[in-house]
Amino acid sequence: MFAPGPVFAVLYYATALILVGGLGARLLGWGRTPVPLPIPTTPAPMTRGGVVLRMAREVTLFESLWRSQKALWLFAMLFHVGLLLVSLRHLRYLLPEGTLGPLWELVVLVQPFGIYGGMAMAVGLLGLLGRRLMLPRVKAISRGSDFLMLGLLIAIGASGLAMKFAVHTDIVAVKAFFLGLVTFDWQPLPADPLLLGHLLLVALLMAVFPFSKLLHAPGVFFSPGRNQVDRRAFPAAQGRG
Amino acid sequence: MARGPALTPPPLSDRPEIEPPPLAPGAMAHSKPYVAQPAHNEALGYPGERVDDWQAKAIQALGELVDSSRALKVYLDSCVKCGSCADKCHYFLGTGDPNNMPVARQDLVRRVYRRHFTPAGKLAPGLVGAADLTEGLLEEWYSYFHQCSQCRRCSVFCPYGIDTAEISMAAREVMDRIGLGQKYCNEILGKVHKVGNNLGLPEPALADTLEGLEEDIEEETGQAVKLPLDVAGADVLLITPSADFFAEPHVDGLIGYAKVFHQLGLSWTLSSHASEAANFAMFIGSRDQMAKVAQRIHQAARDLGVKRLVFGECGHAWRVAYSFLTKLAGPWDFLDPRWPVPQHILEVTNAAIETGGIRLDPEGNAGKVVTFHDSCNVARASRMGEGPGGQFTLPRAVIQASVPRFVDMADGTIHDRTFCCGGGGGLLTDDLMELRMKGALPRVNALNHVVETQGVTHMAAICAICKTQFAKVLPLYGLDMEMVQSVHGLVSQAIRLGAAPD
Repeated sequence: MFAPGPVFAVLYYATALILVGGLGARLLGWGRTPVPLPIPTTPAPMTRGGVVLRMAREVTLFESLWRSQKALWLFAMLFHVGLLLVSLRHLRYLLPEGTLGPLWELVVLVQPFGIYGGMAMAVGLLGLLGRRLMLPRVKAISRGSDFLMLGLLIAIGASGLAMKFAVHTDIVAVKAFFLGLVTFDWQPLPADPLLLGHLLLVALLMAVFPFSKLLHAPGVFFSPGRNQVDRRAFPAAQGRG
Repeated sequence: MARGPALTPPPLSDRPEIEPPPLAPGAMAHSKPYVAQPAHNEALGYPGERVDDWQAKAIQALGELVDSSRALKVYLDSCVKCGSCADKCHYFLGTGDPNNMPVARQDLVRRVYRRHFTPAGKLAPGLVGAADLTEGLLEEWYSYFHQCSQCRRCSVFCPYGIDTAEISMAAREVMDRIGLGQKYCNEILGKVHKVGNNLGLPEPALADTLEGLEEDIEEETGQAVKLPLDVAGADVLLITPSADFFAEPHVDGLIGYAKVFHQLGLSWTLSSHASEAANFAMFIGSRDQMAKVAQRIHQAARDLGVKRLVFGECGHAWRVAYSFLTKLAGPWDFLDPRWPVPQHILEVTNAAIETGGIRLDPEGNAGKVVTFHDSCNVARASRMGEGPGGQFTLPRAVIQASVPRFVDMADGTIHDRTFCCGGGGGLLTDDLMELRMKGALPRVNALNHVVETQGVTHMAAICAICKTQFAKVLPLYGLDMEMVQSVHGLVSQAIRLGAAPD
C-alpha cells in the first residue's frame, strides 16, 4: 500500500524552503531598492502614525477598492476574510494542544467560524472567477496564470470543504503528521485521495507564492504611494525637527 | 503623423460621470506624437537616433531603472489584474481602447520585465503574459505611453497604490536611452537648459513683456503694480510657468499674483535665469534632467539673495517643487527659516485673505458662477496649507472669496478623484490633438453637467497645462474657451487695490 507520509514530508520541507527563501529574497530585493523620491498618493498622512493607520485601513478594510468597485470589494472581502478564518481554523493542525497559552481558546473558538470562512472563500472566489470570465474589461486583462491561480484556490477550498462535509479523513493522524514535521519526528499520513490532493495543491500554492501575483500581499506594505509620509520639500523651521 | 479622423468629440452624457465605453481594441494605436530629432535628444545627452542594439540597451535600461526605484519594482511585481483601475483613466473613458486601461498600459512594460527579470516569465512566458520587446511592442510603448498623462487617478483606486505614472515615466526614460525620444518634451527641455524657460523667451523679451503688463495694469487700475525681474535682494522669488507671461487666461493669473504682492507690500522678483516653473523632465522620467532644471531655481535664489520661494499656478511644477525640490536641488537653508520651501501662491493669497492683508470684492466678478478643476498633480501628489487636503480647500476658499457664486462639480470628479484635463504629462502638443480631445471627455462632461444644471459660467484652474488644454478643447465640445479662468485671474478682478487693510 502507498505510504504518502515520507513523500509529503519531503514535499512540505521543500515547499517551505521555497516559500521562505523565495519570499525572503524578494522582500530583501524590494527593501534594498532605493526610494529616490517621495511619491505618496495625496492626501496622505503627515505622520508615521497616520501612515500606519492608512495602511491598516488598506489591508483590513480594502479602502481603495471600496472607493472603486463595490462588487469587486465584496468578493475580495469574502475571499480574504474567509481565508483568514480558514487559516485560523487550520492552526489546530500545526500546533500542539494548548501551545499559545490563553490564545489557544481563540483557536478553539474560531473552529465553527472556519467552516463559514470556507464557504465565504468559495463564494468570493467564484465571484472573482465570474467577473474574470464575464466582464469584458477584466477578461481582456486576464492571462492564463490569473485563471490558474483562481482555479488553484477554488480547488483547495473545494477539497477542504469536501473533507468536512462529504468524505472525512482521519484528522487526528493529519495533525500528528504535521506536528511530526515540525518536531522532525515523522508520522504516517492517511492515504486518502482527497486529503492528498488538498495537501498537494496547498504545497503548490506555497511554492508559487514568491513568484506570482500573490506578492500583492507583502507588496502593499512596500508601496511608496501608500507608505510614505506627506512632507513638504523643506518645511518651515518649527516643522524641521 | 497627426493622423486620425476629423476632430469630432465623443458624445457627452446627461449624467455627471461618463459610463465606461465598450472595448475598442486598437482604436488609438495610430496616436503617436512626433519623434524627437537627433538634436533634441543629444541636447539632453541621449542618443540622437535609435541605437543599433536597441533591444539589449532597452532591457539593460529597464533593469537599471527597476533597480533604482522601489516603486517601479514593487508595482511591476504586485499587480493582481483585479481591474479596479480599468475604468478610471480618462483616456480609456474617452477612447475605449483597452490599452488605455491602466493595468493594460502597465502590462506593456510588465510583459518585458517578467520575461527578462522574473523566474516565472523566463520559464513560462506564455502563462504569465511575458514577452520580448519586439519592434511591434516598442511601437505600442511609444503610442500608449504617450497616452498617459501621469495623473495618478488610477493609483488612487488601486488596492496596492500601483501608480501607472511611475511605469509610464520609466518607459519614456527607456525609450529616450535608446534614442527614441518624444519631440515635444525633449525640445522644450533643451530650451530650458539653454534659455531658462519652455518657450525659449530670452531675458530682453521677458523684460519687455513684463513692462507691457505693468503699463496695462496701471492703465486699467491707476495703480503702479510692478512685475520686477532679476531684482537682487528682493524678499520673494516667484517661480511661475512661462505660459503665465502671455498666454490666455494664464497672464490674468500673473497679474493677480502681482496685485497680491503689491497689496501686501512684499518685495518680490521674477528671475530670467529660472523663468520657468514647469519641469518637463518629470514627464520623461529623468531624475538627472529634473535636477538640472530644478538647479536653475536654486541658482537664481542664491544669486538674487531672496528669502522666500513662491510658486505660481502650475500643477506638475508644484508637485516637483513641493515633493522633490530638496532632493533635486537642496539644501535651502540659506532662505528665511520662518517660511516653508516652497510656498504656493495660493498659500500666500489665502493667508492674506484670512489676515485681512488683502480685501476681495466678489462684485469684481459679477455675473460669474464658477466651478473649480482640481489639477491632478496638485490633488494627488502634493498639498497646500497646514493639513492633508489643503490642496482642495485653499483654492476653493480663495475662489469663494473672489466670486459671487461657487459650485463644485460631481463628487466622483473632484478632489483626489479629479479627472485630468487630458493634456498633462507632456501631451500638450498639437500632434496629439485627437487624444487630448478624447481624454478631456470626463472632465468636460462633468463641467457641462454643472453648466446645464447649476448655471456655471466659468471654470477656474491652477495649472498652465490645464488652462491651455481647456482653452483649446472646450470649443470642440461646443463650450466657450473663455470659460477657463486662472484662479488668480479671479483674484485679480476682485482685489481692492489701495484699500487700506484693517
